[in-house]
Amino acid sequence: MNYSLLLVEILVAVLGLGVLLADLWIPAEHRRKLGYAAAAGLTLIFFVGLSDVTETSYAFTAPGARTGMYVFDSLSVFFKEFFLLAGIIVMLLSVAFSDRFTTGVSEFFSLTLFALLGMLFAASANDFVLMFAALELITITFVVLNSYQRNRAASIEAGVKYLILGALASAIMVFGIALVFGSANTTNFNEIFLAQKQLAGNPVFLAGLAMVLGGLAFKVAAVPFQVWAPDVYQGSPAPATAFLAVGSKAAGFVLLLRVLFGVVPQITAQWNHLLVVIAALTILYGSLCAIPQRSLKRLMGYSSIANAGYLLIGFASVSKAGAAGVLFYLGGYLFTVLATFTVLCVILRHTDSDDISSLAGLGQRSPVLAGVLSLSMVSLAGIPPLAGFFGKFLLLKSIVMLGVRDPAYYCLLAVALLGVVISLYYYFGVIKAVYWGGGAVDLSPIPLDWPVRISLTVCVLGMFWLGVFPDHVVKLSTPAVEVLKPEAPASLHEKGR
Amino acid sequence: MSLLNTLILTPFLTALLILAIPGNYRFVIRCLALLGSGFTAVLGTVLFFRYAPGTPGYQFDESAIWVSSSILRLNYHVAVDGIAAGMLLVTALVGFAAVAVSWEIERQSKLFYLLLLMIIGGALGAFASLDLFFFYFFNELALVPTFIMIGVWGRGEERTYAAYKITLYLTAGALVGLTGLIALYSASGASSLDLLDLQRQVAKTPIAPAMQSFIFLCLVFGFGTLVGLWPFHSWAPQGYACAPTATAMLHAGILKKAGLFVLLRVAYPLLPDAVAQWSWILGVLCVGNLLYCGFVALRQRDLNLLIGNSSLAHMGFAFLGLASVNVIGITGTVLVMVSHALLAALSFALSGWLRHQTGTTDLGKMGGLLRRMPFIGTVLVLCFLAGCGVPGFANFAGELSVLFGAWNGLPVIVVAAAWAGLILGGVYMLRALRQILQGESREPLKGVLDAVGLWRQLPFALLAAGLLFFGIFPNVLVNRVKPAASAVVRLATTLTPAAPVKAAPTRTAAPAK
Repeated sequence: MNYSLLLVEILVAVLGLGVLLADLWIPAEHRRKLGYAAAAGLTLIFFVGLSDVTETSYAFTAPGARTGMYVFDSLSVFFKEFFLLAGIIVMLLSVAFSDRFTTGVSEFFSLTLFALLGMLFAASANDFVLMFAALELITITFVVLNSYQRNRAASIEAGVKYLILGALASAIMVFGIALVFGSANTTNFNEIFLAQKQLAGNPVFLAGLAMVLGGLAFKVAAVPFQVWAPDVYQGSPAPATAFLAVGSKAAGFVLLLRVLFGVVPQITAQWNHLLVVIAALTILYGSLCAIPQRSLKRLMGYSSIANAGYLLIGFASVSKAGAAGVLFYLGGYLFTVLATFTVLCVILRHTDSDDISSLAGLGQRSPVLAGVLSLSMVSLAGIPPLAGFFGKFLLLKSIVMLGVRDPAYYCLLAVALLGVVISLYYYFGVIKAVYWGGGAVDLSPIPLDWPVRISLTVCVLGMFWLGVFPDHVVKLSTPAVEVLKPEAPASLHEKGR
Repeated sequence: MSLLNTLILTPFLTALLILAIPGNYRFVIRCLALLGSGFTAVLGTVLFFRYAPGTPGYQFDESAIWVSSSILRLNYHVAVDGIAAGMLLVTALVGFAAVAVSWEIERQSKLFYLLLLMIIGGALGAFASLDLFFFYFFNELALVPTFIMIGVWGRGEERTYAAYKITLYLTAGALVGLTGLIALYSASGASSLDLLDLQRQVAKTPIAPAMQSFIFLCLVFGFGTLVGLWPFHSWAPQGYACAPTATAMLHAGILKKAGLFVLLRVAYPLLPDAVAQWSWILGVLCVGNLLYCGFVALRQRDLNLLIGNSSLAHMGFAFLGLASVNVIGITGTVLVMVSHALLAALSFALSGWLRHQTGTTDLGKMGGLLRRMPFIGTVLVLCFLAGCGVPGFANFAGELSVLFGAWNGLPVIVVAAAWAGLILGGVYMLRALRQILQGESREPLKGVLDAVGLWRQLPFALLAAGLLFFGIFPNVLVNRVKPAASAVVRLATTLTPAAPVKAAPTRTAAPAK
């Protein structure tokens, strides 16, 4: 077997174990530095670990088979880069946040690395079994990460909720996988793709597939599996929430891309209305529920639901353009959300409250933090010149013309526009609090240490880079989706331009 | 770097420079902002006079490929036609004036000038863009600065409400417009959002009429909201009343015109069938602007609300010219756009001065101010007379052309409404003049100061001079605008033949490069 394909995964696993072992010998007051070491290691892996994709290759192949459980292709490389970048920034965040943990700083770093490992495997999953194993690795590490502040009831609550609902979602998914295996006689993505014509009429297979999609919908926080997100986001430690919002969600989306567009495109084409409805409901639920929120972390929870809805627009379009839009949008979302949580980590250290009103006076206390937080809100709202705008532009572009043949898409478009207008209200509420929120008591300047500065710089540059010079990432995401094979649904079949 | 690119980039580069300066160096920051915007104003003037009048087509053409991939191609493409030349000139002038009148900003002035320069650069970029993506991109740059400026430096208790209202209205409008632009791009089958590409493609294979209607209505209602088209106008007066002076000047003067600009540039030339079918909508709704907003202005006790509503009434003339779909009407629309940019900016600058000196914008609490502030009073008289449409000011030329155009193309009743709107304008403008400048001088107003010295007087003098210049020599502007307006009208009235045409139609895709 060609182990060089798994180089990144192996290195990350070794790094995680290394951090865990190093904890034994390093005295407690120096353990924070392990986080820097881990971030440096990840940076090294990011720059040297990934080779260029020349052709799709497989690992974990059965003897004589041409396909395997693990695939190394352009899509997986795009997401591996994505996860590693997210991992580096989250690691810096964790270091900045780590003085709030009473115990086990290095375990937090190493658990973050193992969650990252799960995501890296998810990016390459080519088999329902590997997919499940990768997702379980993510879920279980996040249960611990979410409840890491053991002395805070909210954190424990978040962990328990994530544990119970995550276990439920896993159970649904594994049941679905069993049904898929029972009807298709295989769990390999390529083999199911070849057999999908016969399987499309098999109700057992369809039921199994629907249950698998349910499990993935839990990961991305799409309606009707979205209820956990706000509570867990609010209760978890900020770095864990950040990684949950970016990494875990993206892992769900890469698997959705693979399953919907790579494994069963013909069935997806029949289910396009279901995707339209789920996308619309997710946008509406996230946007409407975010309006009355007072806690910034909870607001980000609802915002992450709404953003899942926008990303699902790309799926509803059932096209490669939509899939490329999903990739670009996730890229922008990475920088935006991590910028928000970096600011949040610093603020939490100084005010001990994530209430939006506690942001009052931030414009005077730290113009840098105020500026970055405002920029990330603007990017989330989808306003130029930042990344969020170009992502939304690509996604909306993928469905505008579909409305002519199928009015359902006009409805989705209207809901999406409504969602953007609503989202402006709550995102700009944060900007308002930052610049002219009343009742600021403490106006002392907030100092910034250098990991926070690095993280903020990377995120802001990323937001502007993707917003003003989108060419590079568009060029990355277009070939990445070439491995997918979406098929236009029957309702859109007509000769068009 | 070419003249046009320098013009667009100067405000952004100035903003970057200011970003690098610590916030407590207020004087340096203000000087830099003045320098940057002053340079922009000079460049805008040079560009306007170097633009060769009387020739159709685009000049100062610059383009670069921005995004090229299989799913999307975008060009950075800027160029100037007669319409854009006029708008770029007034944008640069009003931008400089807005920076110049902002001497009263003391809190967080670094942020203020950053945001202000961003609005100016965005507006310049929008008027110069031929690529529709970049038009939208530049135009939306103003949104967040507006919100923050109204909130932080705004006036009055209601400013948070006003900030939200203006932001939500403008976003909703812009998004509907964006839908129209994307639909246009997809339906035309052009390879990019470049206007010239779109024109070539539409000339070859016109868009189906039903799709044209959808796009046209998206553009009219979406971008119309940005202009303050009745009944989507209520954000405007309140937003201006609560905004700091500079923001109100730029918004009422410049940013509003971007909506009209895109209708002229995109909706009319590319969607001729929809224009034939739907331009009456503008004819009906503009009566709302002319009369409804006129009557609302008549009732105002607050100077800012009066100016805000009267500026909406003036937009009625712009829409009226659009609805007439003939060369003189469209030319008139552009004249109204240019002259109203100067007028609205001057009005808000004056009202900002009055408010700063008297501490109020309530007309009932002012009086006898002409004796105390002869310079400001004189400019105010000039400004409001221009607002009434008195000959000798730029607005006269615009409104007269629009009325001529409407007389040719529209029912008499619409023309009558425009005429009534003019009379209403005369009534409330002159009444406001009397209340502010004449009568008994009130006790609390003893300490008010006139604008003294070159720096304080310059922004007012500059804008008033612009109004007078284009009023006395309207031909300078008309010569530049008319070829572009003729091209718009020619394309807008070339209907798609009823039977499907196989061969390419013989008409040209002018204005060509």
